[in-house]
Amino acid sequence: MKIVVCVKYVPDATGDRKFADDLTVDRDDVDGLLSELDEYAVEQALRIAEEADETEVTALTVGPEDAKDALRKALSMGADKAIHVEDDGLHGTDVIGTSLVLAKAIAKAGYDLVISGMASTDGAMGVVPALLAERLGVPQATLLSEVGVEGGLVTGRRDGDAASERLEARLPAVVSVTDQSGEARYPSFKGIMAAKKKPVETWDLSDLDIEAGSVGLEHAWTAVDSAADRPARTAGTVVTDEGEGGRQLAAFLAGQKFI
Amino acid sequence: MLTTGLNEDQLAIVETTLDFAQEHLAPQADAWDQQKHFPVDVLRKAAELGLGGVYVGEDWGGSGLTRSDGVLVFEALAVGCPTIAGYLSIHNMVAWMIDRFGDDIQRARWLPGLCSTDTLGSYCLTEPGAGSDAAALRTRAERDGDHYVLTGVKQFISGAGVSDVYIVMARTGDDGARGISAFVVQSDDAGLSFGPNEKKMGWNAQPTRQVILDGVRVPADRRLGAEGDGFRIAMKGLNGGRLGIAACSLGGAQSALDRSRAYLTDREAFGAPLIESSALQFRLADMATELAAARALVRQAAAALDREDPQAPHLCAMAKRFATDTGFSVADDALQLHGGYGYLSEYGIEKIVRDLRVHQILEGSNEIMRLIVARGLIGAGR
Repeated sequence: MKIVVCVKYVPDATGDRKFADDLTVDRDDVDGLLSELDEYAVEQALRIAEEADETEVTALTVGPEDAKDALRKALSMGADKAIHVEDDGLHGTDVIGTSLVLAKAIAKAGYDLVISGMASTDGAMGVVPALLAERLGVPQATLLSEVGVEGGLVTGRRDGDAASERLEARLPAVVSVTDQSGEARYPSFKGIMAAKKKPVETWDLSDLDIEAGSVGLEHAWTAVDSAADRPARTAGTVVTDEGEGGRQLAAFLAGQKFI
Repeated sequence: MLTTGLNEDQLAIVETTLDFAQEHLAPQADAWDQQKHFPVDVLRKAAELGLGGVYVGEDWGGSGLTRSDGVLVFEALAVGCPTIAGYLSIHNMVAWMIDRFGDDIQRARWLPGLCSTDTLGSYCLTEPGAGSDAAALRTRAERDGDHYVLTGVKQFISGAGVSDVYIVMARTGDDGARGISAFVVQSDDAGLSFGPNEKKMGWNAQPTRQVILDGVRVPADRRLGAEGDGFRIAMKGLNGGRLGIAACSLGGAQSALDRSRAYLTDREAFGAPLIESSALQFRLADMATELAAARALVRQAAAALDREDPQAPHLCAMAKRFATDTGFSVADDALQLHGGYGYLSEYGIEKIVRDLRVHQILEGSNEIMRLIVARGLIGAGR
């Protein structure tokens, strides 16, 4: 079985994130890392691979040169190989374009199961898995908090507010997993040392037969008009309990439309 | 900086270990200290990274790292908690000694468990009457057919009572270093018992007890190396162990320095943040400079040990002396910079000071380190 895990290289949320002049994320001044939510996808891919025979896990990313760090992390966790789609023409690509590139790369790599995280920790769109399934023409089972593969089917549980659903789909399929799916492992030292010996292929747009005109900032379906720094945190409202604290708290929450 | 001058693999190793230390050690470190809790579950978790057998070959379940990598690992761990990092350094000294001096049967018997931390290790050299003068130890191992019978008391043993595997140095021959052999004693061996958990200044998150051997009968295949090799084996183990402890001092001190910078940035006095005072900036600069010098020496000694340089034992002694003295003084400076808050447990600084104090004493006191360095200078025969 061939599993492709889609991983994204995102700016470190603890760093000082800024936008560049063209209103895309400025990647030069902030460290990046494998999106934390994608670690869960890598973890589930590895767990499925550990249970099944002859399974190969490929980590796939679309991103600038530094995005290799995200692949290296996935490889050190235990993925078998990695594919990096890198092309200057990709700068500023939105989810529509990204899903096109990912779908072409997944098809070229060959797959039985595609696993992704529930969303990226930077863009937080959360739509790539569905877009991928549509482009690949295969079933999707998204936002799973439990996932397994048996007898040519991928099965899982999706937890909603009021009910949990059991889903199953015939392979090949696309799934996404939530942060409830199981704690992601740390890379072992052995895994870190082994990662650099694992194959990493680099493809550009021409390798995927994608015309430059279909991706990139200019061809994005959405455009960022402006971006502003988050306003500085202001002092909160202090409610001192002098016998009426509960009522005052409730009134505050109701005033803010929280309750 | 902890990450300066590292290659890509080393950076990944440090980042992973720091992540682990921040998630699994730092948040609990103060509570473990106060409750004298030895977090065995966290040690098991640490083994998933490969921390149970850092220097053990991959064939036996270890990580197969060099000493140069290892000092990075233990520094990063100690940023979260010097005590747990220090215990793991000792556990790894034990595992390395079995890998280095054991035969394949012994390796197969003990290393997989030590690497997974399903079994924990302790190192038993010091005795109530023989500390720095370790070659004067009096625990005896009498040969009795295919067995040895061990009798004696070991003092200040880290992990004792919880550990499963004890490397015990005992006398099989005449007085002096050449009459000593090394044995692996197991926690279920009849005649083995432990003293009470010592009350101590720091290192409270791991137990320290006497190990009491009252006619412990072990088969001869528990002996590591040849009869009479025990002291040499013990000293070889300590070369690496000293680097581990030195690295733990660096990590603890780095954490104290980082916290001081943050505290001085937040704390205002006389109308401005304290960090704007040049007197305090200079203090931070000195702490950082001394820590960088200590780190450079530790890494130099580790590289020497990796290439089996004849000067390695002297460099390890220099590194241990310098890094543990520097680590303590940096932590003590950090306490001073925190003022009265530094003296409160809540800020975690006084714990680092207490923990790092013992690094100047264990794995060979810093006076013994000076002795080793001096012998290297003027010749061992004098």
